[in-house]
Amino acid sequence: MIEENLIPKVGVITNVRKDTPDVKTFRVVGTDGKKLFKHMPGQCAMVSVPGVGECMFSITSSPTNEEYMEFSIKKCGCVTEVIHSMEEGSQVTVRGPYGRNFPVEEDFKGKDLLFIAGGIGLAPLRSVINYVRHYRNNYGKVVVVYGARSADDLVDFEEIKTEWKNEPNFEVYLTIDRPQEGWNDHVGFVPSYVKELGLDPNMTAVLCGPPIMIKFTLAGLLELGFDKSRVYTTLELRMKCGIGKCGRCNVGDKFVCKDGPVFRMDQLDELPDEY
Amino acid sequence: MFKIRKENLNDLYAKISESMGLYIPIKKAGEVNYHVWGEGKEVSLETLKTVRSPKDAFFPQTENMMKFKTEGKNIDIIDVRDEKRPFVLFGVKACDYKAIEVLDKVFLMDPVDTYYKARRDAITIVTLACSKPEESCFCSVFGIDATAPCGDVTAWLDENYLYWQANTQKGEELTGKVSALFEKGGEEEVKSQQEQTKTILAKLPFATLDLSRFKPENLNELFNAPEWESLSEACLGCGTCTFVCPTCQCFDIRDFKTRDGVLRYRCWDSCMYSDFTLMAHGNSRTTQMQRYRQRFMHKLVYYPSQNDGLYSCVGCGRCVNKCPQRLNIVKVINTLGGKKND
Repeated sequence: MIEENLIPKVGVITNVRKDTPDVKTFRVVGTDGKKLFKHMPGQCAMVSVPGVGECMFSITSSPTNEEYMEFSIKKCGCVTEVIHSMEEGSQVTVRGPYGRNFPVEEDFKGKDLLFIAGGIGLAPLRSVINYVRHYRNNYGKVVVVYGARSADDLVDFEEIKTEWKNEPNFEVYLTIDRPQEGWNDHVGFVPSYVKELGLDPNMTAVLCGPPIMIKFTLAGLLELGFDKSRVYTTLELRMKCGIGKCGRCNVGDKFVCKDGPVFRMDQLDELPDEY
Repeated sequence: MFKIRKENLNDLYAKISESMGLYIPIKKAGEVNYHVWGEGKEVSLETLKTVRSPKDAFFPQTENMMKFKTEGKNIDIIDVRDEKRPFVLFGVKACDYKAIEVLDKVFLMDPVDTYYKARRDAITIVTLACSKPEESCFCSVFGIDATAPCGDVTAWLDENYLYWQANTQKGEELTGKVSALFEKGGEEEVKSQQEQTKTILAKLPFATLDLSRFKPENLNELFNAPEWESLSEACLGCGTCTFVCPTCQCFDIRDFKTRDGVLRYRCWDSCMYSDFTLMAHGNSRTTQMQRYRQRFMHKLVYYPSQNDGLYSCVGCGRCVNKCPQRLNIVKVINTLGGKKND
């Protein structure tokens, strides 16, 4: 029996959390109250509002959460606008999972891990960070550097403050672009903060955020002595099918939906600059 | 090998139609395209190139995918697919048959596109060898033999007869249904037609196109070639090339609000259009040069890189004939291959 890839399932929103002025995190289960499908960290799903459209989102919850899936969604287009108006009990359609995940069971195992995120870029990283926390003994030291425009723009700040910061052998560095009252952590952009922190270049790094942040942070990491073959990121392009057929999310000969969204920096170097 | 007199072909079409659908080149409003056969239809097997390729038969221009019924907050998903009736695609030229192989690799490769597969499984393909290739044809450049296409059945046509040879199980089954109309023979006639056609093929103006630079290892070099600017300058972004192309497979998925719910359908799309890659936060291909480059890089470099060197151009020449600006893949191959265009 061949799996139906293009027909979604109905998802029920069971919780809506407002993370920032323009990001909400939606908890979704099937109509039977159970998790819709299994996934691995970094994989994505197509979420749709029938009659409005369908978009690809990273699944921000960890695979180790067996009860539900979460999507952190920034309001920035017509579909996300409607999703943001939804409340508990509202239904959407969901299909997936799509794409290749972070190599959490391969290359990441036994390594010290560095996660660098900017703004909504935390969404795909939260899945892998919580996966690593769940299987804590399989990984070395973890360092998270997370920046946003302001303290109000940090996605899922509660979990970071109450859980991540208390995790052993787990360092969390937060930064915001401009000083703000009541903010006691770092102020400044992510790329320069990363350089200031003088991080160990033997760590395996994962970058996620706006293209400009990735570009300058990567340059900073390379200066510190990081090797591109141990730096990962995710790409995002327009998608319709999610299974490498509709022809629009390619960068060179790779489809982001199928061959990505997770890429290693040395792999990206071999692709044409069109993303 | 079997043969049937040309004046009896109508009986063959009628016999096939008794148990299966029959898609065949039919003249309608001055254009020949694949349509469902019926009594009184003007079949034109002699037409070398249908305006559109036969891909419509298993990858329709629009296809309903599912329906959504919404009531309050509740959504119901309704599968609108029906069982696909077996059908015969009759008269497919060697180039268009190769194009089906190209599309199969896209849609049937894991993860399988089940919509495509359902239609594809239902087809029996009867190919038809070319006897009068024209100047815009260049299938031989891609290693295609226009005189001996594959398919479930291969047919040849001359002034008097249609010759018929089954190649596969499906082809044998079809032959079994219509064999009462056939007589044996034709090997000699087919052979002599093939030889004659080959002398024409060798003389065609594009037969010497040189593809040697179009290799996966030259991906970045070709992508960054300065020639793309001048090559694409006249492109209107009309998308005609992608719609007549037998291997173009890009599609869009859209929702349409109806009186009793939402219909989700897919339809052909084109990488030539500016909103093809448009996202809420930007566009990865903002200029027509980038879109033009994408189309040809996909056919000549990206696709071969993913499919053991198989090009996704089959040299049918439709884009050569149909581009309103006289741009086409031949010019791209020549220019990037270091040759002058005439």
